[in-house]
Parts: sequence; structure tokens; C-alpha cells
Amino acid sequence: MDDIGIAAVEAALAAGAGYADARVMETRTEAMNARNGVIESLDRAERAGVGVRALVGSSWGFFAVPDVSSAAARRAGEQAAAVARASRLVAGPDLWLTPQVATTGHWDSDCREDPWSVGLAEKGDLLEGVTKAMLEHGADVAEASHRVWDTRKWFASSEGTHVHQHIVECGAAMSATAVGEAETQRRSYPGIRGQYGTRGWELIRELDLPGNAPRIAEEARALLAADACPSLDATDLILGGEQMALQVHESVGHATELDRILGWEAAFAGTSWLELPKLGSLRFGSELMNITADATLPGALGSFGFDDEGTPAHPVDIVRDGIWVGTLSGRDSAAIAGIPESGGAVRADGFDRIPMVRMTNVGLQPGTDSLESMIAATDDGILMDTNRSWSIDDKRLNFQFGCEIGWEIKGGKRGRMLRNPTYTGISPRFWGSMDMLGGHDEWMFWGTPNCGKGQPQQIGHTGHPAVPARFRGIRVGVRG
Amino acid sequence: MATTDHRLSTADAPSRGLDLAERAFDLVRARSADAEVEVTIRQGTEALTRFANGFIHQNVASEVNHVLLRVALDGRNASTALDGPADDVSLTRMIDGVLEAARVRPADPDWPGLAPRAAAPDVEHWDDATAAADPDERAARVRAFVDAADGLETAGFCSTTTVHLAFANSAGQRLIGRGTAAELDGIARTSTADGSGRKASVRLGDLDGREVGERAARKARDSSDPTDLEPGRYEVVLEPDCVANILSFLLVHGFNGKAVEDGRSFARLGEPQFDGSIDLRDDVTDPGTIGIPFDIEGTPKWPIDLVSSGVTTGLLQTRRTARAAGTKSTGHAVEGGAAWGALGANFILGSGERGPAELIGSVERGVLVTDFWYTRILDPRTQVVTGLTRNGVWLIEDGRIVRPVTNLRFTQSFLGALGPGAVRGIGADRAVILGGWDSIFLVPSLHLESWNFTGGAKG
Repeated sequence: MDDIGIAAVEAALAAGAGYADARVMETRTEAMNARNGVIESLDRAERAGVGVRALVGSSWGFFAVPDVSSAAARRAGEQAAAVARASRLVAGPDLWLTPQVATTGHWDSDCREDPWSVGLAEKGDLLEGVTKAMLEHGADVAEASHRVWDTRKWFASSEGTHVHQHIVECGAAMSATAVGEAETQRRSYPGIRGQYGTRGWELIRELDLPGNAPRIAEEARALLAADACPSLDATDLILGGEQMALQVHESVGHATELDRILGWEAAFAGTSWLELPKLGSLRFGSELMNITADATLPGALGSFGFDDEGTPAHPVDIVRDGIWVGTLSGRDSAAIAGIPESGGAVRADGFDRIPMVRMTNVGLQPGTDSLESMIAATDDGILMDTNRSWSIDDKRLNFQFGCEIGWEIKGGKRGRMLRNPTYTGISPRFWGSMDMLGGHDEWMFWGTPNCGKGQPQQIGHTGHPAVPARFRGIRVGVRG
Repeated sequence: MATTDHRLSTADAPSRGLDLAERAFDLVRARSADAEVEVTIRQGTEALTRFANGFIHQNVASEVNHVLLRVALDGRNASTALDGPADDVSLTRMIDGVLEAARVRPADPDWPGLAPRAAAPDVEHWDDATAAADPDERAARVRAFVDAADGLETAGFCSTTTVHLAFANSAGQRLIGRGTAAELDGIARTSTADGSGRKASVRLGDLDGREVGERAARKARDSSDPTDLEPGRYEVVLEPDCVANILSFLLVHGFNGKAVEDGRSFARLGEPQFDGSIDLRDDVTDPGTIGIPFDIEGTPKWPIDLVSSGVTTGLLQTRRTARAAGTKSTGHAVEGGAAWGALGANFILGSGERGPAELIGSVERGVLVTDFWYTRILDPRTQVVTGLTRNGVWLIEDGRIVRPVTNLRFTQSFLGALGPGAVRGIGADRAVILGGWDSIFLVPSLHLESWNFTGGAKG
């Protein structure tokens, strides 16, 4: 397949490109959904094609074909250059790329149990079984699913980089919904989106879906009768690890994407409240806050060997001791921002999508506390867990997030269950109030398989190491 | 220099798609004569020219050759899809795989079977010039938008899409359809505010870059230097993009037959759940909309009244949700949407006779909103949604716009906002808005009695 990518790059250069790269990709996916004891759908898909990026002057062009023949690849290269020439009608300032040493290499994700070796009957039995168990324990609607992605990609650039990767991703989700007179309540496991990683079927076995199905069904039913989360202008808030992953994703990950900061996403995804001149000095949060983007974490969903510009994966500090120190970047965005090297954070969700800045594994480094020690240290507060809703403004500053379940904390003890818990805040103020952070024992690499960005929209797979944390003086219980 | 996209010839694409569907169909039958089979072929091109900071920074185009195949063996069903070369080798590999998957699956007691033979509405939302558009034509509209902003920063996109769809199943259903769509959507930015402009159509020729750019620039300038507004309940005038956003939640969590089956929907047929001025229908045959008149299961889409004079009168169904409800599919199955239910709508909200200025003129004290942003549902049954305003927000007093205000967060029941007695006016300014899940909205501005703003952008 290397030859196919090289043919595409050579065609783009011959058509006038000053730089070109190509990704040849083959992807297999599997998705199974169960509902109320029945497998509702089993979908498999194969995708194969070539996507070529060409730079003519300061203008990019991209063209993709669902074909991996040499002839199709050459045609894609020529068309990418033609599209780039059209871009020159509204050309920007001079554009250059951060330097990259020509690289050759190969990378495989960790996979102990090949998901394709597990029989469909076993997969179906698992999902049917857990949905039946949730129905038996009080759910009105019980759903479960698994997903497998198996991607092989060959990258070639006009600078001589040729890399090949094989990435297997896998994960599962389940939820129980209880229907009441006036509203519905839902509990999910392991989280609203499930749990996914660059791993094999062993990840799904470790989740122990059967062992958790009865509990979440009972909690969903109990939530219908629980008291509503009180509306308070300020209280102590403890967030579980899954909700912290969402908090990091939305308010730190997206805010530190360099394309947003540069205004490239202004019309759709939005910009960022962060301004480049303050990089290295702006206080983002309390001194406990340390965020790293690290695509080298074994098994995390945002891991890879090379990004889709051929940059080798490497960790990048984003927030250090509460100070904003880094961004998620690629070769062109880093060059424009005056950052000496690409952050290696450029990916596309298929051969037919242009590579763009995406989160890798953007996560919170653990502290020294624990969820139990936070509860014990809280006189009057609320514990919330498992994301239910998420909304944040186009600068990634003002957010309102809801969780599936909450508990009142009184005198250092977990009290009554609370339904419809929500909290709201302004990002640096919120992160600045963080005063307790879970330790290594509670550090988990959460996977988000549905991060939407770009036009045409792309669905990214991102990882978020997270631990429980406590925040002081937070507004909770916003109602409609 | 003129450039061209390489694309499938539009003249013979429909018959070629059906030929490919028949070929896949025959290959399945050669391996399993008793299999129920459903094949959909989607071919075409997708192109999008994106700009930011006043220049084109991303410019993409791709060819589409998509084969979707579903088989059922005594109710044991599975589906598979292929993007790539659809030669016999690839088709055979995918067919062997999907038959194997179906054989090992348990029987599905809710398998609804295949769509029977039935004609689809004779409608074609198609434009030859849009199908033949090249990247220069998209770039020219971007140029006009940027120039019209007259020095303001700009960002947005211009896209063209061409789709040829062919469907065949073993129940004898055969359908072909085609469609084009074009969209220009962008913002202009001052140092303190953004303003948006957008237009969508079957025809790229309908998109005037200057007109859309001028609108965005006017909104940006008019909303500059905004000041805070105390959160609380206000009358609102919501422009069409906001209204489409509201309807998208009513679609997914309300009129969707699966949401009803699950008990998650508010919809109760025959009850006056909306203001008496609300008429809502799903109608792909309307000349003002975009789309193809059948769904991924081969069911034709005929017009349906969903709300008539405020009374809920209809629901959307796939074959599976229809079976559970004891009714017929309305043709709203979308690829990959099995877990969600009936989607892919062409919602049309009845328009009024009042222009935007007249709607504003009837507001005592309220807020004019251009766009919503990042709306997320808190509870599907009550339709309580939180989100923010964007791209231009103004305070209205005594029928006049008095000042721009900073963006606001709201937490509001969308159902309640359109409830009996809650709609004070419907505009005549109906616009086409392209939504997710292949949904299109043809909607006007609305003047609503009350909207719950729960916070400012600063907290």
C-alpha cells in the first residue's frame, strides 16, 4: 500500500503542489445493539480508499476516492492539487510547516484478544443477557451495545515520511431507563458513552457488564422517587471520574486546540477564551491542575504511533501546576503560532476526511486524595457522577453540565440520592476552585468515541485520563 | 485557471446504481436462495470549501461509492456496508460475511420484514448545474461573502452535495432517486460580536455570496459592544435557525415512533399539546425542501401531518417501530439509526404573514435571538433543554430593538415554549435549514411568550 500513497503524492506534486501527503486506509467496523433482551441490529462495514492533501502556494486542497488502485490514487492526487488551486481565489498569508525529520516506521496498538476471534453468538449472548438482567431489576428500557474498529493506514509524504499503523479499538456500553409519570431517569455503565480503548475484547471482559447491570437498573428506578437536586448558588461539589473526563474534554481539551485558538473553527465549533500571548503565564486552574496530552498511553482511546501528518506520538504538557503551558497542534497551526514543533495531534476519521487538530489522550494527572477522603472532608456538598447532558459556549468558557445521579454530602457522609443534578460555571474560576484530587488508584483512561468537530463533520476518538475531584463554591441545580 | 472535480457521470448514475444493487442481490441469492435481501447503493460527490480569518483554509472533495446490504434468514438478520471498490471480489466478501453473521444470530422476534412494492412520490430535488459545480464556483461565493463583510473577519463554508440512491429488495421493491444540495453559511466578526448569514437550496445558483455576507456583517456590526442582560423569563423572537433547533429535539425525542414506544416521548395523539397556531408536517414533496422521497428500507415518504392547529396528529415510523406500534412505516429509517428510531425528516412549519420587523414590533419587552448553540436535552419527556445564544442577540422594548446584549444561557422546555397559548406570532420568513440525520427544516421565525434565560455568558 506504500506504493499507492506514493503514487498519489507524486501525482499531486506533478500537478503543481509544493507539498503533498496521502493516507491509504482500510477500516473494518462492527456494531451490535441490544434492547430489552433482543439484538436489534448487527452492522458491519468495510471502508477502503485514499485521501490526498496538497499545498499549492499557501492554499490547501484535499481529495478522496473510495478506491485503492494506483490509477485512483493518482487521480486523487491531481484533484487535490486542482482543489488547492481553486482555494487560491481566496488565499491566505504565506504558510509553512514545522520541520519534520523524514520518518519510516510501523506501530500496532495493544490487543490481547482479537475482537474478530470472539464469536458473534458470545457477543450477542452478553448483550442480550445484560439487557434482560436490567429489565428484571426495574428498567423499563434496557439497552447495550459494543463497537469494534480495526484500522490499517499507510501514510506517505513528499518529504519522505512513510509510516504504517494497525489500530484496534474496542468497547461497550449499557444503560437502564426508568419511565415515570412526568420524566425519565437513566443510569449508564461504565459511563454515558460506555468505555472504549485501543485494546482488544479483553477490555469488554474487564468491564464486567453482567456484574453491574442489576445495580444500574435499580438506581434508575430509585431515581424516579429521589429528591431533586437543590438549587444552590454555591456549594462544595465532588465529581466522579467519568464526569471529570467530560469536564476535561469540554473545558480543557477543546479550549486548547490550536486551530480553535487561531480562529479556524470560529464559524462552527467556535474559538477559545485562551489567547496565545498568555501561553505560559495564564492561570487556568488551581496548583493541583496538571493536564497532559499524551498519545503514547497504552490502551487509551486517543493513542497511536504517528498522527495523520506522520508526526511521532509524544506527550505534551497542556497545564502545569495550574498554568496554561501548551496546545494541541499540527504542523501548519504550530508554525503559524510560532511553536517550534507540531504537537502531533492531527487526525482524520477516515480516508475521505481531511486531517485536523484533534485531542489525543488529554487527561488530568492524579493527586493524592480519594473519593472517600473527599466525602469525609466535606461538611456540606453534593457528589455527582456519570454525565447526562453537556453544553458549553463557543469560547469554551461558560458551561452547564448535568449528571445522571447525585448524592447529598452532610457531615462527611454520603446521604440521600438526588435526581437531575446539574452544575454550572466559568472555566478558570471552576478549575481554580479545585482543592482535592483522586490518586493513582482511581486514575482511569476514559474513552470518548463520539467527539464531533469540523465541516464536513468528523467523529473523533479521544482519551481522557481522569480521577474524582472536589470543587468549592459551585452553583448547582439549575432548572428549566 | 478553471478546475474540475472528477465525478460520476450524472446521466447514467441512477441506472448504474440499480445495476450494482441487482448484482449484489444476485450474488446473495446465489449463496442463499431463501434469504430476504435489501440493497441500497449511494453514489455521488461531497465537496466543501471552508474559510476562516478571511481566506480558504480547508477545501475538500470526495467521491462516494457506498453499498449497504441487509439480509435476513428466518428473521435472523444482519447488515453490512462497503465504501470502496464494489467489484465482485469485494461484494462476495461482504456477502459471505453478512450471511455468516445472520446465521449465528438468534432469531429476532421483532423482525419487521422487508418493504413491499410501492411507488414513491414523483419528486426530484435536483439541479444539473449544482451536480456539475466545480471548486472555483464555491470559492467565488466565498470571495463574495468575504468582500461583502468589508473588512470584518469572516469564517464559514460553501458546500455542494450530489446523491444518487438506488434501492432493491427481494420483496420486489425497486426505487431510484437523486438529489443535490448547496449551502453557504458563515459569520462576520467585530472585536466584540459575531453575526451570521446562511442559505441552503437545491441549487448552488440560489446562493448569493454577497447577500449572505452582507447579512452576516450587518448582524455583527449591529450586535457589537453588547452589554449584559439580567437572566430571567423574557418574550423572545427566535429566527429560523433557532426554530429548526427546537424542531430537531421534537423530532428525535418526540415524534419519533421509537421514543413513543420507549415511553420517552411527550407525544400523545389527538391531544392539543401545542399552540393552536402551530401546523407541522413532514413533506419531502414540498418544492421548497431538499431530499429523496424514500428511506433506507425502501419505504416511500408520503406527506404526514404531525401537528394540526396545535393537536398532535402524527408520528414518524421505521418498519421496526411501526411493527411495535401496529401501524405502517412512514419511511423514516436512516443508516446507522437503528438505536435511535425514526429520523430523516423534512419538517415544514406553517408560516405566518408577518415579517421579522412586525414580529419584533409586537414585543413588549423581550429578546431577539439569531442562533442557538450547543443545545443538549436534560429530559426527553419534558423536553427541557439547555443551550446558549450566538451570533447576535438584542433586547427589544416597546416593539423596538434597543441594544445588543451578551450571549445568554437558557434552560427551557421546548415543548412548553410552543405550548397552548405560548405562540404570539409566526413569521413569513421561512428558510431552509439543514440538520443532522438527513433532516431538513423549512421554518419561519417565531414570537414566543416566554423563554427561561438562566445565566449570562459570564456565569
